[in-house]
Amino acid sequence: MKAAILSTLRETRAAKVPVALATHLASGAARLVWPDRTEGELELDDGAVAAALQALRDDRGRTIETADGPVFVNVYNPPRRLVVVGAVHIAQPLVPMAAIGGYQVVVIDPRHGFATDARFPQVTLDTDWPDEAMERVKPDVRTAVVTLTHDPKLDDPALAVALRSPAFYIGALGSRRTHAARVERLKALGFGDNEIGRIHAPVGLDIGAVSPAEIAVSIMAQITQTLHAEPAA
Amino acid sequence: MTEPDILDQAAAWRADGKGVALATVVVTWGSSPRPVGSQLAVDDAGAFVGSVSGGCIEGAVVREALDCIGDGKPRLLDFGISNEQAWDVGLACGGKVQVFVERVE
Repeated sequence: MKAAILSTLRETRAAKVPVALATHLASGAARLVWPDRTEGELELDDGAVAAALQALRDDRGRTIETADGPVFVNVYNPPRRLVVVGAVHIAQPLVPMAAIGGYQVVVIDPRHGFATDARFPQVTLDTDWPDEAMERVKPDVRTAVVTLTHDPKLDDPALAVALRSPAFYIGALGSRRTHAARVERLKALGFGDNEIGRIHAPVGLDIGAVSPAEIAVSIMAQITQTLHAEPAA
Repeated sequence: MTEPDILDQAAAWRADGKGVALATVVVTWGSSPRPVGSQLAVDDAGAFVGSVSGGCIEGAVVREALDCIGDGKPRLLDFGISNEQAWDVGLACGGKVQVFVERVE
């Protein structure tokens, strides 16, 4: 591995930017692959770059065959994170499901009666106002944000921060009617249709979920689907 | 106590003027204790951080890494139950792993 590759790799990782490293196993020649560019001495065709990016989305390294022989793709993704706004009943099954799925979870709720260690053991609780708490979290491309409070005073400020971030998933609990009202409020805050269109609402895949645990399953399923989806062209 | 980051340690060793090799699990079959992408950094004195198995092949990988630091040639090592060497180094889990070793230039 060239010193320059190691240096760029570490800088990229420190900046919490996903990157794949493709290494030609016979020669050791390498190339770093980001979603929007590549860098290094190893020549890669479009198919190999696409395979490297797929490995990055899958968060799983792999060996790919090229005309010049096998190339190993290693993936360096920042940790997956889930920010749950609202320490409500649905959050209680959602938090452990996400933790098992490999997410670092933060629960934000300024209502001290909701955000208690007894209700949410072994998870980071933040009882600041959602916009301040969200600014601290700084959602990145590996962060999912779900608002569950049903209270615009709490959900809207969190959604505003999420919409200004590169979070890969934004979901908001509430019926279609609730969401229509939310869309109007977000427009009043200056957000456009494309930005507001990033919000999954009603939240979760349509699997007929009824109980809090089932709704949590539908939310985790939708987050997973979005995480692994190919980006829109 | 947390182990130092593997890439950071590799860079720190290089900054100290030491020879360094990186070993990476590139293929696993069956029950392997460490997933594809797991890494081990080795310095020219044989000190290492990280892991490429549950501990059963680290010794052999470190020996190859020292050779790699010496000659600069990347290596692809196979360990598994079908491999005579694997019995010697004892991959008791019954899995197979392929490990790529390269010098940090």
